[in-house]
Amino acid sequence: MSKLPLYGVMAEFAAPERLVAAAAAARARGYRAMDAYAPFPVEGLGEALGLPPSRMPSIILLGGVAGALGGYGLQYWAMVASYPINTGGRPLNSWPAFVPVTFELTILCAALFAVFGMILLNGLPMPYHPVFNVPRFSLASRSRFFLCLEARDPLFQVEESRRFLGELAPEGIYDVEA
Amino acid sequence: MQAPLLGPGLTYEAVTDKIVSIVLTRRTPAAWFAAAALSAGLVLVLLVAVTTLFARGVGIWGINMPVAWGFAITNFVWWVGIGHAGTLISAILLLLHQKWRNSINRFAEAMTLFAVACAGLFPILHLGRPWVFYWLFPYPDTMRLWPQFRSPLVWDVFAVSTYATVSFLFWFVGLLPDLAAMRDQARSPLVKTLYGALGMGWRGSARHWRNYESAYLILAGLATPLVISVHSVVSLDFSATQLTGWHSTIFPPFFVAGAIFSGFAMVLTLTIPLRALYGLEDYITARHLENMAKIMLAMGLFVGYSYLVEAFTGWYSGDVFEIALLRNRSFGPYASLYWLSVLCNVGAPQVLWVERARRSPWLLFAISIAVNVGMWLERYLIIVASLSRDFLPSSWGIFRGTRWDYATLFGSMGLFLFLLLLFVRVLPMISIFETRQLVADAEGGS
Repeated sequence: MSKLPLYGVMAEFAAPERLVAAAAAARARGYRAMDAYAPFPVEGLGEALGLPPSRMPSIILLGGVAGALGGYGLQYWAMVASYPINTGGRPLNSWPAFVPVTFELTILCAALFAVFGMILLNGLPMPYHPVFNVPRFSLASRSRFFLCLEARDPLFQVEESRRFLGELAPEGIYDVEA
Repeated sequence: MQAPLLGPGLTYEAVTDKIVSIVLTRRTPAAWFAAAALSAGLVLVLLVAVTTLFARGVGIWGINMPVAWGFAITNFVWWVGIGHAGTLISAILLLLHQKWRNSINRFAEAMTLFAVACAGLFPILHLGRPWVFYWLFPYPDTMRLWPQFRSPLVWDVFAVSTYATVSFLFWFVGLLPDLAAMRDQARSPLVKTLYGALGMGWRGSARHWRNYESAYLILAGLATPLVISVHSVVSLDFSATQLTGWHSTIFPPFFVAGAIFSGFAMVLTLTIPLRALYGLEDYITARHLENMAKIMLAMGLFVGYSYLVEAFTGWYSGDVFEIALLRNRSFGPYASLYWLSVLCNVGAPQVLWVERARRSPWLLFAISIAVNVGMWLERYLIIVASLSRDFLPSSWGIFRGTRWDYATLFGSMGLFLFLLLLFVRVLPMISIFETRQLVADAEGGS
């Protein structure tokens, strides 16, 4: 078999419900450093793993607020301070006319924060990750569901963890080389 | 009982392999090459037309005084509108939990992206000095000038460029897990590396999906008001002026409805042949076509209603110019085009009340073509018929497109089609992970 040090041990499942059940069982056993892999978002998986709620909403709100303030500020600066020009007797700070651009920039900044925030929170781009050392793992983007108990968990012991995964009746158990 | 969203017996494997194989393993159909050759030919026509335009100026087009907007702005409004259906399908239907969107959203988003790219060309080409187009953006320039932020034309720059950016982001985020699937299915090392780089190391971890779902949903929530705002702002380019036929408060909702109408027509125009070509009937089922036909019918009714209200308001105002415009539009030099557009936009979709018609792909295809033509004519008439006869008879004039106008219009269609064909060839045209979710739902699991 493979040499130490291991990144963890991984179990393969054929159905999403099995993965959720396995994740819940591992958490009940006391495992914390673990991750589950699925070819589509599986409902209840995050809860089974005990993941905290995503921080995306607050990041996106931040982007939206920055876009709104920046958008209005840009127009205020341009039309009132930098280049004041009397357009048909309207006040220099003619706020109703500034609404569309403020709105568009709010959406733009929120969307940029959403996408780059998601990519960065997920630690992407990531050129190397140990889970890809398992040949069967290429099925995680096709049809199979994986649970990986990671070696950094204090509870992790190769033989013991393998045996525990075996109790969950997986399709297969693999060592993940670091 | 509703018809199923997917063909019988599809599994996670079957879904993945089928969609991936179109790009990676299956022989490219001969029809693809034929369409690519045709559209690449039109792209060359566009290149010649644009080069001539840059060399000789906008005088090669039929635009004149008073009709200074002509084809370029018509094409712009038409292409932007077409894009709207893609965002509607991907964002609004996602928020409304319409699961049938899952097998058409990717394709519709790509359509949006390419339609907006075509749209973006026209205002720039229409500038007398296109090389200074960046003056439209606010930047601290050496002339110490700023764009006029009180002008709808500047709002338009922000709306359309934001729309293009957000549409691209939404499309890319949707593609990310599928790029990982392509990476894992690819056999050739080069192809694997390419998809791997684009997929950025996505591994489908529960942590990934958690942030992903949150971001994707909020993006949909952001794209929804955005798409409504874009065509509203486009319509303000018209309605904020004094010109009869443009100066109307109905314009924003009227334009948005027209946009969704023409966009769904374009989705149908593209989906029906592709579905037949690649044998995707199990993924884009009769129910998908029927749903799209229903939305098209509803939007067509809305557009028809807007025509009526516009005419009624003009007549009821008692304003001599409004009434003259009505008469000019219905019986003047452009009357035949007007009635043709009414026939295409209001008449043709009425066939869709019949269930058999909604389920017959090629009849739907014919209606969608009629709507595409009708909506182009509608925009053409809004611009040309109104501009050609303003308040003073001494400044009236007639507009006719020149061959360069037509070359640019058909050239942009070629560009659109060519980009779409490339997309279908190199990226998964149906969202794989969302289709797997449909499989999971069908199995009653998760």
